[in-house]
Amino acid sequence: MLSKMFFVLSTFVFIFASNVMASPVEVFEFHDDVTKVRFQALSKELRCPKCQNQNLADSNSIVASALRLELYNLLVQGRADFEIMNIMVERYGEFVLYRPRVSSVTYVLWFGPLVLILIGIIVVIIILRRKPATKENLALNSQQQEKLQQLLQNNQAQTNQDLAFDLTKASNKKEKE
Amino acid sequence: MNKIIRFLPLILVIALGAVLYRGLSLDPSYTESALVGKAMPDFALSTVNNANKIVTKADLTGDIVLLNVWGTWCPTCKYEHPYLVELAKNPQVKLYGVNYIDERLAAQQWLTNYQDPYQFSIFDEEGLLGVKLGVFGAPETFVIDHHGIIRKRFAGAIDTRVWRKEFAPLIKQLIIEKKQEI
Repeated sequence: MLSKMFFVLSTFVFIFASNVMASPVEVFEFHDDVTKVRFQALSKELRCPKCQNQNLADSNSIVASALRLELYNLLVQGRADFEIMNIMVERYGEFVLYRPRVSSVTYVLWFGPLVLILIGIIVVIIILRRKPATKENLALNSQQQEKLQQLLQNNQAQTNQDLAFDLTKASNKKEKE
Repeated sequence: MNKIIRFLPLILVIALGAVLYRGLSLDPSYTESALVGKAMPDFALSTVNNANKIVTKADLTGDIVLLNVWGTWCPTCKYEHPYLVELAKNPQVKLYGVNYIDERLAAQQWLTNYQDPYQFSIFDEEGLLGVKLGVFGAPETFVIDHHGIIRKRFAGAIDTRVWRKEFAPLIKQLIIEKKQEI
């Protein structure tokens, strides 16, 4: 029963997911498979300018369909991938690329996370190195240990005495009443 | 030294907050056009009102040109339209349209219904000129100087306030440039 339900559920999820991923409806004819693969790859690498969190392959917007057509035309003209990327960047700016190119403007973007991780590692190392030293100081040597034992014993004796004292006091009180 | 380190996380969090707060007020659809300072791209397309008339870049150059990208599918264009009609009376600029990814009949209907402020509207059915111009959507307006160089791209509707703030100073400057050359 449970497995059946799971099956139904997973089928549902699968259908739903495939619906979401369905590409917009346009038909491009390619002479060869290589161009087709290049078209698919490039339309995933280029950002739709209007709907900025989607690539060209995903987007249904008017601009994206125009850009897909342009991409197709450029491919049919026999332009190389890097040429096409350059043309797109020339018109829409660096921002049209999902993976921005490494340049002085994007150094922070590319190497920032790496630098942060390095800083984190250094901080962790510093903290770890400091800890053993403090631990050593905290541990008691045998002399201190002995003294501690003594203190504890004294304390125990003291509390016993106090307790006895309290008890006698309490019984005295009772007798008075 | 120790005290400073203790406050370091607080300072960092405040700095991060400031950066993110600034991010809230930024418009993500605003991007500097990559085309500003470059020549208007070549094209050869018909006009909305005349399928047999082919216009090219040469038809645009010589004046200070406003090139307005519009479409009947775009609600903001409708909002903008009355101001464009107003703008068409301005003798300092010439207003041309780019009818972007649209149907000819619907576009013609639009121009008869809401008045036609354009010298002519280029009929860019497949968006090929739009893609060359780096158009994101409509409405978008380009300012092209008398040499055919794109000087500004503005995304969004133009109204009186926008015109005064975004366009008027540039147009003034272009007029001065043009006069100096003559």
